[in-house]
Amino acid sequence: MRSYRSRRIAGAAGIFWSFACAFVAAASLLLILGYIVVKGGGALNWQFITQLPRPVGITGGGVANGILGSIITVGIATLIAAPIGVMTGLYLALFARGGFAESVRFLSDVLSGIPSIAIGLFAYSLLVQPFKHFSALSASFAFAVLMLPLLIRTSEEAVRSVPRTILEGALALGMTTFRSTLRIVLPVAWPSIMTGLLLSIARVAGETAPLLFTAFGSQFWELNPTNPMAELALQVFTYAISPYRDWQSQAWGGALLLVMAVFALNILARLLLKSRVSVLR
Amino acid sequence: MAARRLGAQTGSKIVDRLFVAVLFAAAIVFLAIIAGLAIELTRGSLLSLKTFGFRFLWTSEWNPITNIFGALPLIYGTIISSLIAIVLAGVFGIFAAIFLADFAPRALARPLSFIIELLAAVPSVVFGLWGLFVLAPAMRTVIDPALQKVFGFLPIFSGPSYGVGLLTAGVVLALMIVPTVTAFSRDVIATIPVDQREASMSLGATRWETMMKVVVPAARAGIFGAVILALGRALGETIATTMVIGNRPEIAVSLFAPSYTLASVIANEFTEATTDVYLSSLVELGLLLLIVSIIVNGAARMLMWSVFRGARSAR
Amino acid sequence: MSFLVQAAEREHQSKMDVGDLSVYYGRFAAVKDASLAIPANCVTALIGPSGCGKTTFIRALNRMHDFTPGARVEGRVILDGTNIYAPGVNPVLLRHKIGMVFQRPNPFPKSIFDNVAYGPRIHGAHDRASLEALVERSLRRAALWDEVKDRLDRSAMDLSGGQQQRLCIARVLAVQPEVILMDEPASALDPIATSRIEDLIASLKKEYTVVIVTHSMQQAARMSDFTAFFLLGELVESGTTAAIFTHPTDKRTEDYITGRFG
Repeated sequence: MRSYRSRRIAGAAGIFWSFACAFVAAASLLLILGYIVVKGGGALNWQFITQLPRPVGITGGGVANGILGSIITVGIATLIAAPIGVMTGLYLALFARGGFAESVRFLSDVLSGIPSIAIGLFAYSLLVQPFKHFSALSASFAFAVLMLPLLIRTSEEAVRSVPRTILEGALALGMTTFRSTLRIVLPVAWPSIMTGLLLSIARVAGETAPLLFTAFGSQFWELNPTNPMAELALQVFTYAISPYRDWQSQAWGGALLLVMAVFALNILARLLLKSRVSVLR
Repeated sequence: MAARRLGAQTGSKIVDRLFVAVLFAAAIVFLAIIAGLAIELTRGSLLSLKTFGFRFLWTSEWNPITNIFGALPLIYGTIISSLIAIVLAGVFGIFAAIFLADFAPRALARPLSFIIELLAAVPSVVFGLWGLFVLAPAMRTVIDPALQKVFGFLPIFSGPSYGVGLLTAGVVLALMIVPTVTAFSRDVIATIPVDQREASMSLGATRWETMMKVVVPAARAGIFGAVILALGRALGETIATTMVIGNRPEIAVSLFAPSYTLASVIANEFTEATTDVYLSSLVELGLLLLIVSIIVNGAARMLMWSVFRGARSAR
Repeated sequence: MSFLVQAAEREHQSKMDVGDLSVYYGRFAAVKDASLAIPANCVTALIGPSGCGKTTFIRALNRMHDFTPGARVEGRVILDGTNIYAPGVNPVLLRHKIGMVFQRPNPFPKSIFDNVAYGPRIHGAHDRASLEALVERSLRRAALWDEVKDRLDRSAMDLSGGQQQRLCIARVLAVQPEVILMDEPASALDPIATSRIEDLIASLKKEYTVVIVTHSMQQAARMSDFTAFFLLGELVESGTTAAIFTHPTDKRTEDYITGRFG
């Protein structure tokens, strides 16, 4: 007969161990963040954000072209992915039936697990190799493919969560499905769709692997998406593995910028979600 | 009057038909993209497939100079680093999920979950940067020597430590995938109905016994699925790995040794590939990653869905 | 209320004595100042309309509210002379003595054998032979043995609803309790399964004290020796089943019994 005391001690030890594991997981994030803030903060200054990189080995310069390039690339990616992803999500929520719907959902899930470097290879063979030319556009394509699963899933859920009675009421009044979707369902579902959009942007904002052979990077200002373009994540990577102290500290600065951007998007997405929940109440 | 209403109806029918067609077209575009992915990667691998055939998988030489490419050292590095990652992330992640699901007071559970989920949002290159400049030196100067002191008789802890290598990569990967394990496991555990817990406790079990002997066994499949899903992420991780694994295509027993993974070799060498066969071999590695990730992800999703479906049918 | 105490003192010893029990969820009082004597080796039924507090009351008898955050219990529940809410009382051993069967059958997704053996194993029993004997005894007592004796290793989830509920009863019997609490044990079952459960309960009272919550007055009238009527958290009236159903002293009880509400 096991004594109650030993069982209680075992239970307390188990609960404590579980807490310790959760604590370690959370503490690691704070540890990493701490380093980034401290080391990155040191590199952040006006020069860093507004200047072009200096040639190899010369100190100073900044990542301004990378910031701009990332914004352009992610922007174009959003323009490509948002219509396809949201409309596919709408289709799944409103019209798709049975096997076809299940297959699309399954493939979307599968796509979300495919390594980004494989997607990068896809973009390379489709948009770089035929033209023998690196471009930000090919990077945007790779990013768009990475964004699709999240967009599809969140859009479908957003529309599904609108109570059916609202849609049916509109249809009973004689509105077309198109109009009732546009005028009635979408406004309610919009915050959730926006949340999905923000999260998918956050997902690709820090992606580096596909960029290696799509956007390729650049030392200069570039506004033309059909040319190679500087990307912040790529600069962080290149600087980090370089042997130059100055570049290494700039890598921390760039990392801090990336983390701030990604966290801001995530927190914004959460706030949006919370506001929508309170609206529905 | 009736004619006008009829006209309005047929007009609206056209609008609706167009609407469905456009949405359907979007779904088709999505499917086309996926098909394109598989097709392009296969096409790019054809040369390498023809040159090396299945030998590719067990040739242990990766030599751009002699143009002999074998994936074995890369497969080895990928598997070992991912294995380390899921052992670490599995232990910490599952117990963290247990704590967050049933034992954490609500005021603690929400912020802790939030922080752990934020870990998932950190870009890979940032993990790599931290791994390279903070973890690797710590491994080289403190942790690896300590491990060698205590466990040095084991071959996996033999040899010199450079800081970068399989073990360091495994730790960085573990940090990157622990949010996946925790979040999904916690969801699966929460799906187990309350009345299971009540039955156990009304029979005299403590909360911990209830968790370990009733709830976790019932959630077993889903938790396993969460770990497999995390494994899928670790296998395909590129940038963080390439920054801390040492990038040497050799099979060594020691965990301190530098190594190479399927994804990192593509990242490092793609833009330097000089010959067609070189390029094709790299694309074939990408195809390998694609196939492996599809299998692993498919298995993971099926496992997790079985628990969700089971809980729903029990209602 | 004193009527019941007199009756109990005359014929039956009181197994449990509930004194001034109140259960609060936050600031809401689900049960207010309920006092009830539960006689040994009898079936005591708790009746009343839904939401009246009878489930809250019965859960207080084996300290299930310990697991509800925000729940507060005041008053006394005396089992064999000791207040189960006194500090220093071992709740685990308490649940050894007081078992519970729930409204919806909730067998574990394990084998039939592992379900019944769960309780004894938790308390430390590991010898295979004695466990097998205990499992057989419990399943026999729960009138389930003949139906499952050839498939003890099969999953409990393959059983029908009525069989699963009898399995849950067997599971409780395996820890050899003295009191069995039942929260609407047959409400999720079909009529045939229900009557089997009722027969089982009637036979159980020889060795155990049974307290049963039921929303069916007919069931209470058929099966129980004593009845307590709850309304809006208050224990309105209690007494022998015959007395409650034929001469209720409180008008509210009479209204409920005659079907004027509920």
